[in-house]
Amino acid sequence: MDKLFFNDDHLMIRDMVRDFAETEVRPVAKEMDRKEKFPKKLVAQMGKLGLMGTIIPEKYGGAGLDMISFVTAIIELARVDASVAITMAAHTSLGSVPILLLGNEKQKQTYLPRLASGEIIGAFGLTEPDAGSDAGATRTKAIWDGNNYIVNGGKIFITNAGEAGLLSFTSQVEVNNELKGIAAFVIPIKTAGLEIGPKEKKMGWRASDTRQLFFKDLKVPPEAMLGQVADGFKFFLKTLTSGRISIGALSIGTALGAYENALQYATEREAFGKPIYKFQSIGFKLADMATEIEAAKLMVYHAAWLKDKGMDFTKQAAMAKLFASEMAMKSTTEAIQVLGGYGYVKEYDVERFFRDAKVLEIGEGTSEVQRIIITREILKDFKIP
Amino acid sequence: MKIAVLIKQVPGSDSALPLTGDGTWIDDSLITFVMNESDNYALEEALRIREKINDGEVVVVSMGPDRVQRVIREGLAKGADRGIHLEEDGQIETDPLCIAKSFTSVLEDENFDLVLTGLQSDDTGMGQTGILLGELLGMSTATLGIETDIQSDTIRVKRELESGWFQWIKLPLPASVSIQSGINQPRYPSLKGIMGAKKKEIKIVAQSEHRPDTKWQSLNRLFIPQTNKQTETLNGDADTIVNRLVEILRSDLRII
Ligand SMILES: Cc1cc2nc3c(=O)[nH]c(=O)nc-3n(C[C@H](O)[C@H](O)[C@H](O)COP(=O)(O)OP(=O)(O)OC[C@H]3O[C@@H](n4cnc5c(N)ncnc54)[C@H](O)[C@@H]3O)c2cc1C
Repeated sequence: MDKLFFNDDHLMIRDMVRDFAETEVRPVAKEMDRKEKFPKKLVAQMGKLGLMGTIIPEKYGGAGLDMISFVTAIIELARVDASVAITMAAHTSLGSVPILLLGNEKQKQTYLPRLASGEIIGAFGLTEPDAGSDAGATRTKAIWDGNNYIVNGGKIFITNAGEAGLLSFTSQVEVNNELKGIAAFVIPIKTAGLEIGPKEKKMGWRASDTRQLFFKDLKVPPEAMLGQVADGFKFFLKTLTSGRISIGALSIGTALGAYENALQYATEREAFGKPIYKFQSIGFKLADMATEIEAAKLMVYHAAWLKDKGMDFTKQAAMAKLFASEMAMKSTTEAIQVLGGYGYVKEYDVERFFRDAKVLEIGEGTSEVQRIIITREILKDFKIP
Repeated sequence: MKIAVLIKQVPGSDSALPLTGDGTWIDDSLITFVMNESDNYALEEALRIREKINDGEVVVVSMGPDRVQRVIREGLAKGADRGIHLEEDGQIETDPLCIAKSFTSVLEDENFDLVLTGLQSDDTGMGQTGILLGELLGMSTATLGIETDIQSDTIRVKRELESGWFQWIKLPLPASVSIQSGINQPRYPSLKGIMGAKKKEIKIVAQSEHRPDTKWQSLNRLFIPQTNKQTETLNGDADTIVNRLVEILRSDLRII
């Protein structure tokens, strides 16, 4: 599998991130989960290694690598700790990519080098209390007062919000009592009028920082707009399309983490006089997990490869995200089954992987939304008689 | 300051170690290879010395089949300036003197001020390469370094002795020092380092150009030690049983 998508650089990147994850992340993963502790120090280390700017071009201070490298890095982090992986992945594919896609040269020069080095963390605000899957229902409104946009409204479930330096967000724009569409803006998160809510208490991804944001007469200068008014919504959705590849990668990592635990346990634990992997019903669970992880890898790497080649990857990214996230939920559930009671207690990591898996079917487009996209895409290819 | 670091690629510790059919080596095709642990520390020490004196060159040197270019590239990604690859065509050489002579023939003309090696390789564990090489190159040598202090024409090395004792020694340069694991905290290669490594030079030396004609030691057979469970029932009166138990705990198991 590696040979199909990997060159020597990819192998070296994988080894480096694996080593980093095992040495630096593994020893603190359980405690960060328990205490809902944001991985500040690890983010700084990842910044030094270039991992906070993997896919940012070199001229903006990033490593300038391809999507395959990015996927590899996310898998290796998520295999050990999904919270660390989503912190990096959301920072990059949601927090930095909108600026890369839509920003003008000045915005890119101002923000990307600081994002790529990890000096500041990026956040992405699309979801609102009344606009989740239906992102077009955005109620946040920016009213032009002749000099600035005055923004009121808010966002919910924003990853990295409490730790971020920079926020990209969407808002309706109104000029002279006329709605102009949904635009995207980028602002330093510490701006008067932007209030950051308390940390959400979550089932999984507990060390990742998720918060609500409130905009109260938030003054945003026109230079903060990303692209033209009408671009905002379209490009935010485009950001999500590649973001789906990262959630696919996170799913693979999460499933791998649980699977590897289960595999090891099954060779050590004995029941009725033999190691439990020798019972076909346990062996076959492991076989199914391994097979589905392999399938998900092929799909996610393929979507990444299409993106790297500049080809359309909308359908493949949605399929990869859908399959990989549902696979992760299933694999982590089965991993607990393999460990029996030991899988249910916090001493073993499979319980954490299981809790971390559920959100993969929700964030960056629910499974239902992925199926809507896939249906739309397959019918595009089909000539309806 | 010109520093050579000898790096060996060895089977990873979590790799299965299947033997070849004739039992003379392990089946390379089924193994995941990694950089030898103590060599990684030696490399880090070399990079730190270069950074401390803010001058010089670090050259990573490895012997083996094509696959060892991966550890050379890893060294380059971490910051070494260039690499030298001593090619081996068939099975890798295990005779320490033969290995040291190969390295000598290639490193001789480079005039290194310092050669750092790992303490021993995690495969055959001979622990001789650094010492033999130092001798053959006419360098002062030290083993088991756990701290170094470089001066302009000397190096001080803190050595680990037995039973928790240490020793500081001073060697004139050029010197060959073998490094103990744990001496520092090896860095990870950064993404930029990984990409930059491609542009660095790796000089390749064919086996015919470095391998001596003679061989002084050869490996006959590798085998996996047989383990068997032994159960001993302790009989007799309480004193006899307790005495035997204490003896077992003290002499056989050595846990008291
Ligand atoms: C931990 C976490 C981190 C997040 N991080 C971010 C972030 O950084 N930035 C950000 O903008 N958002 C973020 N989100 C928000 C996330 O993207 C949304 O939760 C998600 O898009 C779903 O929206 P919703 O929660 O409003 O659910 P809803 O849209 O209300 O959906 C509820 C249910 O209805 C289903 N449904 C909705 N519409 C349809 C339909 N047309 N057909 C069939 N079924 C439908 C959904 O699939 C779902 O099952 C995060 C969420 C979580 C949990």
